[in-house]
Amino acid sequence: MAGQGSDASLEVVGTGPERQGPAIAVDSDDFSVGPSVGEFFELMKPRVMSLVVFTALVGLVAAPGTLHPFLAGVALLLIAIGAGASGALNMWYDADIDRLMQRTAARPIPRGKVSESEALSFGVVLSVGSVLMLGVLVNWTAGALLALTIGFYIFVYTMWLKRLTPQNIVIGGAAGAFPPMIGWAAVTGGVSIESIVLFLIIFIWTPPHFWALSLYRYRDYERVGVPMLPVVAGLEETRRQILLYTLLLVPMGVVPYFIGLGGVVYGVCATVLGGIFLWLALRVRAAEEGREGDRMAKQLFLFSIFYLFMLFAVLLVENVVAKVVG
Amino acid sequence: MASEDDKLAEYKKRQKMRSIAIAVTLVVIVVLFYVATLIRLGGNVLNRPY
Repeated sequence: MAGQGSDASLEVVGTGPERQGPAIAVDSDDFSVGPSVGEFFELMKPRVMSLVVFTALVGLVAAPGTLHPFLAGVALLLIAIGAGASGALNMWYDADIDRLMQRTAARPIPRGKVSESEALSFGVVLSVGSVLMLGVLVNWTAGALLALTIGFYIFVYTMWLKRLTPQNIVIGGAAGAFPPMIGWAAVTGGVSIESIVLFLIIFIWTPPHFWALSLYRYRDYERVGVPMLPVVAGLEETRRQILLYTLLLVPMGVVPYFIGLGGVVYGVCATVLGGIFLWLALRVRAAEEGREGDRMAKQLFLFSIFYLFMLFAVLLVENVVAKVVG
Repeated sequence: MASEDDKLAEYKKRQKMRSIAIAVTLVVIVVLFYVATLIRLGGNVLNRPY
């Protein structure tokens, strides 16, 4: 019976004829019961994954042409798995700083639920599997774009830029902007100006979104030495940069209307929501530091999520209606 | 603190769940390839030369 050994703090069980399988040391504080399926799923950053699936779906639906519904579902599933894989690899590489940051301390690796090597293996297997399957089952343009997305997120953003430059999320934001292009490519087999516009909306949206978060979370980044803009250039400069990117984002958000990707409803929504985004960015710029400034930044951060969601939701609905009716 | 038997039981339970998850994944992959192949071949699957 486990635990009745006389001397050691470790007792090996499972070696007798009555027990099959590898030896398991249970009489130790170090003994781990191993990760659960749910903890592996947590590695995939489900909330990020849901946003990726949503934007990819919009690319899929907005693209001209048709894809068999089963293959469209397969494409979305594989894009989600690819995104989840890059989340797992990100958690593997950033485990050292995740332990020290309030926002990330509850992730499975810092909590000791999943080991770093398990996260690495999980991420690599899912990355390779999702890319190959998307290539074989859907098309290789989509597969290549998914590989580019994962590679960009891990090698360019996580390993290279994140700890090197305050421009980390500006360039690294490209990784989060690829999913609608992948969805588009799944249908058309190529890249076009419309899919590039969808890419650019998310790409330009990322800096004000993330910097709004970092305005009230910058101490976390400061503690672990990640050169987020507020840490390196200060809160004032960050607020200025948020405003500048918002000024770029607002017109970019309306472009789908002018190239025929979105209809009138989209054009109106993008203009109104863009106006609110700009107003909030101006309020953040004018806010005093401290609790009031944090509150404004938090408001802008939450609105930025709503803004992107609404833009893509309206595009989705308009394109579904157009395909059903027309 | 959980007893050793509890830990062992939890270890085995989690191992079993992971094994089931892997098995389900493999079955799903097989089904995906099978159905996707039928869809891609379409009607040609019945018109192949014998």
